[in-house]
Amino acid sequence: MIALEKVSKSIGDLKILENVSFSVSKGEFLCMVGPSGCGKTTLLKCIAGLRSYEGEIFIEGVKSEGINQKIGFVFQEFSLFPFRTVKGNIGFGMEIQKRRNENREKTIRDLLDLIRLQQFENAYPHELSGGMQKKVAIARALATDPEILLMDEPFLMLDAQTRNMLQKELLRIWQKTCKTVVFVTHDVDEAVFLADRIMVLTKRPARIKAEFPVDLERKRDRSSPEFVSIRKEILRELEVEYVE
Amino acid sequence: MDMRTQKLVIVLSFVGLWQVVALGVHTRFLPGPFEVTKTLVELMATGELVVHSVVSLSRVVAGFFLAVGIGLPLGIVMGWSRKMENFSVIVEVLRPIPPLAWIPLAMIWFGIGFQSKVFIIFIGAFFPILSNSFLGVRETEPYMIEAGRVLGATDNEILQKIVIPNSFPSILEGLRIGLGIAWMCLVAAELTGLKSPLGLGYMIMEARDLGRADVVIAGMITIGVIGYIMNLILRWAERKLVRWKSDRA
Repeated sequence: MIALEKVSKSIGDLKILENVSFSVSKGEFLCMVGPSGCGKTTLLKCIAGLRSYEGEIFIEGVKSEGINQKIGFVFQEFSLFPFRTVKGNIGFGMEIQKRRNENREKTIRDLLDLIRLQQFENAYPHELSGGMQKKVAIARALATDPEILLMDEPFLMLDAQTRNMLQKELLRIWQKTCKTVVFVTHDVDEAVFLADRIMVLTKRPARIKAEFPVDLERKRDRSSPEFVSIRKEILRELEVEYVE
Repeated sequence: MDMRTQKLVIVLSFVGLWQVVALGVHTRFLPGPFEVTKTLVELMATGELVVHSVVSLSRVVAGFFLAVGIGLPLGIVMGWSRKMENFSVIVEVLRPIPPLAWIPLAMIWFGIGFQSKVFIIFIGAFFPILSNSFLGVRETEPYMIEAGRVLGATDNEILQKIVIPNSFPSILEGLRIGLGIAWMCLVAAELTGLKSPLGLGYMIMEARDLGRADVVIAGMITIGVIGYIMNLILRWAERKLVRWKSDRA
């Protein structure tokens, strides 16, 4: 589905990514963890076509150049358009694609059902809680029906309870829509809870340091011994990165 | 005491203070509130005040719309394009020049008629409108633009559907400030002389020549009240048009 081949990126003399190669299969939930500021966000933005890079990125076997309609993106920031209602935000991508009105309305309704915010269609972002805004941002990214969802620490700025709730919601949405997800975070607990597979990145310039499959059954229990042991292993890998 | 009563008390105390001071001074220098009110009513009854106000307002409207027509698009383009941004050097040098310092040049270029008044108003309104639209566009968060880009929006669509609506509050504020400054500049410009003997500034100047302090003050009050009302109207419009912003709720 996604394949990166020797992707590198530097800004001036600063190397941000160095020979990053990996692939993600269809329907997989991949989490990338790494120290803060290691270049995780840049990597995602390269895949999305928002940044230039050296090397090659293939989406469904085709070399990707520029913005790719097969990719949806959820930002770290609260990036909803404040001047548009929930409906207007979700409909933005379809409007750009000049999708027919009836189709648009139907898709918006389906997505509102999916994120369970039917009664908020006419609310403005500032009237929503942080967690609700994040759900709308996910719906906005899904509205143009991309194959792939790239998520850049989307739940970073939320409190712990909301995060846990959104992680469960995200898994439900993922299972229902069968998208391929690449999810960046620096929260190991979040990664183990969500991922089919976890990639650990080094500190800048980011390289792939280790890979862990997470073979736990879904509806994971964060306190189970298996969960804790995977978590420990990844934390150990990461810790080395933080020690200079 | 609620806010409204408090405000009323403040206004009344001010008028009271005025009255007290006026009692100790010759009316030639400072007529009291009753006298000025009487003059105001007379001026309104003869229709004189309305004519002067309407003439003044028409000059402001012309200059203001000229400033909007040029300042708004220019500000947006300067905020959007990296190349055009460099023009802000010129703007930064021209901006601190008070609009009234343009009066001599306006008189050389346009004489003392309608055009030169409109020019002064234009100068006054132009800079706040320009810089507020410039800043509004420039301060659009990069992730907002990227959010549009990943959804497939072209540069043009991003400008029209994201950047401009997002800068709307800032643009409207610029219009409000611009109109306020335009109004102040107009009256000052009218004080410097006119071809047609109309306008609130002219009315005040003429009253000065006649030694009518009451008419001068009546004219000043009219200017203040009209400016206040214009500000109120634009604030109301801002609230109506920008319902999506939390701090304007």
